[in-house]
Amino acid sequence: MSRVLSVVLLALVLAPLAAVAWRGAGMSLGPADGAAVRFTLLQAVLSAAFSTVLAIPVARALARRSFPGRGVVITLMGAPFLLPAVVAVLGLLAVFGRSGWVNTGLAALGLPTVSLYGLHGVVVAHVFLNLPLAVRMILQGWQSVPAERFRLARSLGFNPRETFRHLEAPMLREVLPGVALVILLICLTSFAVVLTLGGGPGATTIELAIWQAVRFDFDLARAAGLAGIQVVISGAVALLAWSVVRPAGFGTGQDRAARPDAPDGWRRAADGLALTAAALFLSLPLAAVALRGLPGLLDLPEAVLPAAARSVLVALVSAALCTALALGLALASAARSRPLIEAAATLPLAASGLVLGTGLFVIVHPVVPPMRVALPVTVLVNILLTLPFLYRILLPEARALAEGYGRLAESLSLTGWSRLRWLVLPRLARPLGFGAGLAAALSMGDLGAIALFAGERQATLPLVVQQLTGAYRIEAAAAASLILVTLSFALFWACDAGGRRAGA
Amino acid sequence: MLELDRLTLSQGNFRLTADWSVAPGSRIAVIGPSGAGKSTLLAAIAGFLTPTAGAIRWNQADLARVPPGKRPVTILFQDQNLFPHLTVAQNLGLGLRPDLRLSLDDQRRIGRALERTGLAGLGPRRPAQLSGGQASRAALARALLRARPILLLDEPFAALGPALRADMLALVREVADETKALVLMVTHDPEDARALGGMTSFVDAGVAHPPVATQTLLAAPPPALQNYLGRN
Repeated sequence: MSRVLSVVLLALVLAPLAAVAWRGAGMSLGPADGAAVRFTLLQAVLSAAFSTVLAIPVARALARRSFPGRGVVITLMGAPFLLPAVVAVLGLLAVFGRSGWVNTGLAALGLPTVSLYGLHGVVVAHVFLNLPLAVRMILQGWQSVPAERFRLARSLGFNPRETFRHLEAPMLREVLPGVALVILLICLTSFAVVLTLGGGPGATTIELAIWQAVRFDFDLARAAGLAGIQVVISGAVALLAWSVVRPAGFGTGQDRAARPDAPDGWRRAADGLALTAAALFLSLPLAAVALRGLPGLLDLPEAVLPAAARSVLVALVSAALCTALALGLALASAARSRPLIEAAATLPLAASGLVLGTGLFVIVHPVVPPMRVALPVTVLVNILLTLPFLYRILLPEARALAEGYGRLAESLSLTGWSRLRWLVLPRLARPLGFGAGLAAALSMGDLGAIALFAGERQATLPLVVQQLTGAYRIEAAAAASLILVTLSFALFWACDAGGRRAGA
Repeated sequence: MLELDRLTLSQGNFRLTADWSVAPGSRIAVIGPSGAGKSTLLAAIAGFLTPTAGAIRWNQADLARVPPGKRPVTILFQDQNLFPHLTVAQNLGLGLRPDLRLSLDDQRRIGRALERTGLAGLGPRRPAQLSGGQASRAALARALLRARPILLLDEPFAALGPALRADMLALVREVADETKALVLMVTHDPEDARALGGMTSFVDAGVAHPPVATQTLLAAPPPALQNYLGRN
């Protein structure tokens, strides 16, 4: 059964990739495509570098300071993982855009204004989206240093610089490569950000070039060739990241009694500054979306509500199927390691939404009009892209379950449906709820394959938000964003709370 | 008749052999130093470990292909004998029907088993709300309900104090009498073996020796057992 599942899953990932290879083979790419590859790498490297480096002082401040609301800040740092990228972009435009707060201020002072388009805009947006992830991963590194080490350092009279050299620098050397690689991978395959803030000859990524080749030129061979390059690049980085990265528990809030030393003096001020700057940078755009969007709620564009309904449907179906699939695979490989399942659950990391979308487009387009299957394709791509995360969340839980209760269950003939009903679902309710919530929110906010397939009547809410943002209808886009964010977090919360309640 | 026929069990470099049989209803204590393979022997009889050679038979039937739940066996592990998310009554119910579709008659049987083991009225509780002794009683109550002809005890009372352990052994004897079960009980303590009454198999140096009447064995222990008991 699980073998069949993993074979089907592998086929679902490999078929689009094969279609891409078949259609794109022998494609000679032009100079514009070379530029797209270079820009993709450049923006991803810069985004990863800035996110990682800027996260260090913030993580250190969170690790060694205690202040009211610290736990809330750490929890909120997990939220941008669920924040739809289109909303982040809109928020940044509302602050840094043409008529945003910053430029209005600068203009009032008679200073030159800034623009958020092009390379630096893309990098700023990627830092906004990934800084919190980096902070959480690095903070985890800090907290993994046993409190006894810091106690020892204090007893030996280390000053902050020596503590850094002997305790913190070795930890960072171990943690930072993984952090940078994960963010590099995310930024290599980012689409929504570049769709709005990039574009033109100087700021087109591979993903964007794929989209243009399909939507504007209807040049499937070229799209496939680009997708092939994308797979090679992101596959290599994914492989590297998978082998380097330690699991990044974005799930639970973490708080330990023991903290590193909190030195006084200018270091205290610097920590405060790092935290304040990060808090402002991360919260102002969201505040801007809320402020600009609230009035617009009364006057929503017609497309918004039907798109919202479609998005919720897509999210629920994706989450249900993906959770069931991940659970099946995790249970099957919990007892002993199963290379086929491992491969099936990891392979999607090498693909992006647009790559899978292009492959599926190549496959379905001779058979049915792509628009007709826009939503099923989106569901499928969402499932494939979310599966690696859910599998990783469920696998350790399934292992613990098998270790703790496997023999008892077997000795009582607790198998099949009874085992699922009386053992697996109640014991794994929490991670299942959390995972389903994650899948629902990610599916709700994702803008990828749908952009290749959808016409006006298949658009999901993120696509509508993007289109409104692109048309610079900031109020309407902000209103739609508010609905999108509310629905995303509501879905996540409902699943997560449901799981916790069932698991209590 | 439980038959261990030229049985060889291996786990990595570890090997254990046994070649003996015992009659239904016997009481066998399995003693020996830790790491000697006492639990391995029970795991094989319960169906969690496939023999590398030889066979385990019950009434002439080879158990090799019988899954753990279908064997004529109830096993009590060292710990985790109850599912913490189910009530005590549900945990007992699993012994009757794994799908927990319990008839009124099933419910009555569960109630009686709880009474027999001194747990009357505790059915609706969760295992976390039980003491260690009560949790052991609940596991024995389920053994009573399952009434399988072989009862395997893998040191389930190791964490209990001496007085409670004596109570539990008394209860084990009652349950075994009532279900006419063959008991195989792993223990470190020769006193437990005495209290169980019956025979003792000494496990040492890769061999589970044929059971000998406990009184006889402890009165004149062979050298290896003397070493284990510390009577030099």
